[in-house]
Amino acid sequence: MLEKALRGSGKYWGLVGFLLVLIGAGLGCYLWQFREGLQITGLSRDVPWGFYISQFTFLVGVAASAVILVLPYYLHDYKAFGRIVVLGEFLAVAAVIMCMLFVFVDMGQPMRVLNVMLHPTPQSVMFWDVLVLSGYLVLNVVISRVTFSAEVKGVAPAAWIRPLIVLSIPWAVSIHTVTAFLYSGLGARPFWLTAILAPRFLASAFSSGPSLLILLCLLLKKFTRFDAGSKAIQKLGVIVVYAMLVNIFFVGVELFTALYSDIPEHKHHFQYLFLGLEGKTMMVPWMWFSQTVGMLSVLFLLNPKVRQKERFLALGCLGVIVAIWIEKGLGMVVGGFVPSTQGSLMEYWPTAPEVVIGLGVYGIGFLVLTVLYKVAVSERELEEA
Amino acid sequence: MESGRREFLKTAAGAAALGLGAGAASFVGAEALARSRAGQAAAGGGKRYALAVDTKKCAEREGCRACIDACHVTHNVPRIENREEEIKWVWKEEAEWVFQDRVHEYSGAELRRRPVLVLCNHCDNPPCVRVCPTQATFKSADGPVMMDPHRCIGCRYCVVGCPYGARSFNWKDPRPYIEHVDPAYPPRARGVVEKCTMCSERLAHGLLPACVEACAREGAGALLFGDMNDPESEIRKRVESSLSLRRKEHLGTRPQVYYTL
Repeated sequence: MLEKALRGSGKYWGLVGFLLVLIGAGLGCYLWQFREGLQITGLSRDVPWGFYISQFTFLVGVAASAVILVLPYYLHDYKAFGRIVVLGEFLAVAAVIMCMLFVFVDMGQPMRVLNVMLHPTPQSVMFWDVLVLSGYLVLNVVISRVTFSAEVKGVAPAAWIRPLIVLSIPWAVSIHTVTAFLYSGLGARPFWLTAILAPRFLASAFSSGPSLLILLCLLLKKFTRFDAGSKAIQKLGVIVVYAMLVNIFFVGVELFTALYSDIPEHKHHFQYLFLGLEGKTMMVPWMWFSQTVGMLSVLFLLNPKVRQKERFLALGCLGVIVAIWIEKGLGMVVGGFVPSTQGSLMEYWPTAPEVVIGLGVYGIGFLVLTVLYKVAVSERELEEA
Repeated sequence: MESGRREFLKTAAGAAALGLGAGAASFVGAEALARSRAGQAAAGGGKRYALAVDTKKCAEREGCRACIDACHVTHNVPRIENREEEIKWVWKEEAEWVFQDRVHEYSGAELRRRPVLVLCNHCDNPPCVRVCPTQATFKSADGPVMMDPHRCIGCRYCVVGCPYGARSFNWKDPRPYIEHVDPAYPPRARGVVEKCTMCSERLAHGLLPACVEACAREGAGALLFGDMNDPESEIRKRVESSLSLRRKEHLGTRPQVYYTL
């Protein structure tokens, strides 16, 4: 089946080539980081986690969002998702691989990373995160492989796969919950010490993940003969809108609690992000941009007539992704560190090599995705021909 | 009351294991375990080392760095001037930041600006130990929160989890920044976290922590080291008889560095 990835159009190879260039650049910078240490990043004593860990957090959400297709299709027999459920699972596979790589590149001693398994520590949330992410990867690889090859052969998938599929549903919720617990269980960091963090992560995941899936489906429709079907895409669009509304509501709830209670250690982080503190304003334009784009996109998509036009739907989905990427992939992590536990204000911005390493990781993830989607699309094209 | 609470924690741990999965249970379980261990140590006469800082005496010696230098020389702590990458085991910070919830706008300038010695608090309930995914940082039986730099994977979760900023990560190779490497104590590699270990290597030889020794040698006498489990120890008596502060008491970390103002 994978051999389908070895034959493709010029455009396909162009994309693969482009991703390989990204990967090469990322690898080059990573070797530099491997030799020099994390000093080549913008991270510091006061902001010890940044671009890498926030990308990880964002991508856990993308991975978890496969459940948006799996649950309606397998539990409620929602047939419209039948053609794209495997695309969701493939996206989950690629996203989890990126998550793991982003954690890996963040390690000060990457050669020792398996110490997490060698010395299992149940009291550490990070241990559980490694466990649930690995489990989720295995689940999605097995499920997508078994169901898709059965589909290609035109037979029903083996019966033993169904319990695994059902298991993958709460498992998807667990990966983002545990990832939120990495942050929300720390007395040291009042910004994250909020029970809404896990629900908020899930809401933002279920809006940004399906948004990405819609864009991918529309791209496939444009460049290949694979059409996900407007019913499936429109249903995803509805999910994006509601999840985004819930996400905005959760952010509002959080803002109210922090600002109305007027407790400095909770309030300061939001002040830093949205107004700046003592002249430190690096995040301010990004946060306002993110909130504005998120708000406008959801208002835009809320109108069914707008949403039904695929071009507008794509635009709205892009807006949702950008808004959440900034909110989660930048503000959420960095905001927790400014001010620091000692009240100091050290700002963070990723360095060029740090960003290139990140792009390299995205390159690997999208290469995996491209290859998997190529296989899926080629097989579908064969079926239909 | 205490045993009732322990029972409750056990029940809660069991319920959580059934309801929410083993993850939640292990957090509650760890807390219960830490408590019962601390209880055992207290009952069984084990040692519980702690440090008391007389901030007034300390501040009287303006610019004194005796303890800091002694510690950093003894442990091959690199001197990196860049604030973003600096490594420090013990240092001074203004009282305003050290005791954020005890100092207010009417506190006198002397009090607010008073430089206070800060270091790892060797908490009885250390969040850094709880979050470490490899047990590279751990609590030793007699109190010090220890670091195994050979096991540390450099994930910096402990740096994120410590409420006191007491942990330093080696963003780069520290060796070029150590003036004279003392072969008696291993310098760290880049990519690992390090911190004050209460001089456990000196305690093992019956010596006082380097900072305490240096402070006494200077004649400042601002640092007191001892065993909190010994009711006759000087530190225990001082903490019992005077009003002392621990940093961020409300977080429940139970620091073992006591401050008198």
